[in-house]
Amino acid sequence: MNFLNGMTLLLVYQLVGEVTVRLLAVPIPGPVLGMVMLFLTLMIRGRTPEPVENASTALLSHLSLLFVPAGVGMMAHFDRIADEWLPITLALFFSTIITMVATAGIMQLTTRWFARPEQGGGQADE
Amino acid sequence: MNEPAIRDIWVYLSASPLLGLTITLLAYGLAYRLYLKSNSSPLVNPVVTSVAMLIAVLMMTGTSYSEYFEGGQFVHFLLGPATVALAVPLYEQFSRLRQLWLPVTVSLVCGVVIAAGSSIGLAWLLGGSTEIQMSLAPKSATAPVAMGISETIGGIPSLTAVLVVATGIVGAVLGTKLFEWMRITDDSVKGIAMGVAAHGIGTARAFQVSSQMGAFSGLAMALSAFATALIVPWLVDLIGI
Repeated sequence: MNFLNGMTLLLVYQLVGEVTVRLLAVPIPGPVLGMVMLFLTLMIRGRTPEPVENASTALLSHLSLLFVPAGVGMMAHFDRIADEWLPITLALFFSTIITMVATAGIMQLTTRWFARPEQGGGQADE
Repeated sequence: MNEPAIRDIWVYLSASPLLGLTITLLAYGLAYRLYLKSNSSPLVNPVVTSVAMLIAVLMMTGTSYSEYFEGGQFVHFLLGPATVALAVPLYEQFSRLRQLWLPVTVSLVCGVVIAAGSSIGLAWLLGGSTEIQMSLAPKSATAPVAMGISETIGGIPSLTAVLVVATGIVGAVLGTKLFEWMRITDDSVKGIAMGVAAHGIGTARAFQVSSQMGAFSGLAMALSAFATALIVPWLVDLIGI
């Protein structure tokens, strides 16, 4: 029952997100708005209810699995990918590496500049 | 068993979502076991192996993607609630995030702009069509978000889904090597870069390195999903495509 309640709650937030996005015609995907609303709810309540915690852990611990059907979709796009394989593969490969290296570099520099010099443990002094 | 009986069974199975769903879970289970057997080598990424196995099986049996997706959609659908569920690690890491909010915000916004800008730019330089450029633009965001954005900016959502998965795999396989090469040891830095560049598949990899890296990666993935949804359509307008 616990897991079911958590799952239901996640779906309710997604549903409200999808409906709101369509009603207000905002360019944000519904699940993202649902995530923001759930985050705000948790902030207001001050803790994560156990059912939500359970459902969230279950979904996120097998996150890779959820991408598999989309990956198999490659077979429906073989022609398209074959036509433009060079820009697709090179742009995807190098852009991913550039993004990873640049983000890590920027994060490291800005952490040194802005954050207090307490590293590693990440313990907040509060 | 005689031929007609087998044909009847096949007719039933190919019309029902049961087979698609079952082989998805079986392939992933097998791929995950292979991954553990290889001592969690990032090269044996479970998404790559299970996708390869499934495509091979579908092609050998002459099953189309749409027939397969009748069953696969049940797994695919869970990406939506999984996106909502990201609010939980986000909330739980909030005290650490608040400490680092300025570096995280700056890196995140830069990362999202670089991810979209470099993929559009590179695809354009290499002669890719506008459709391909737009399908590539949101590739570092998690699948449901990227597909939604792809649709609004004129890409092909289902192709974007494939590119998102490929991006995640490149990031998960190469990420730790890149960080080693850059001599980065701080798990919060590695996590943020992984989550921004390689979303959920990168996050799954980050959790294997350490729980701190995983938490930061999950956080970066959640925030960059949000940032990508806000920034990329605007960026595309700005470039004027």
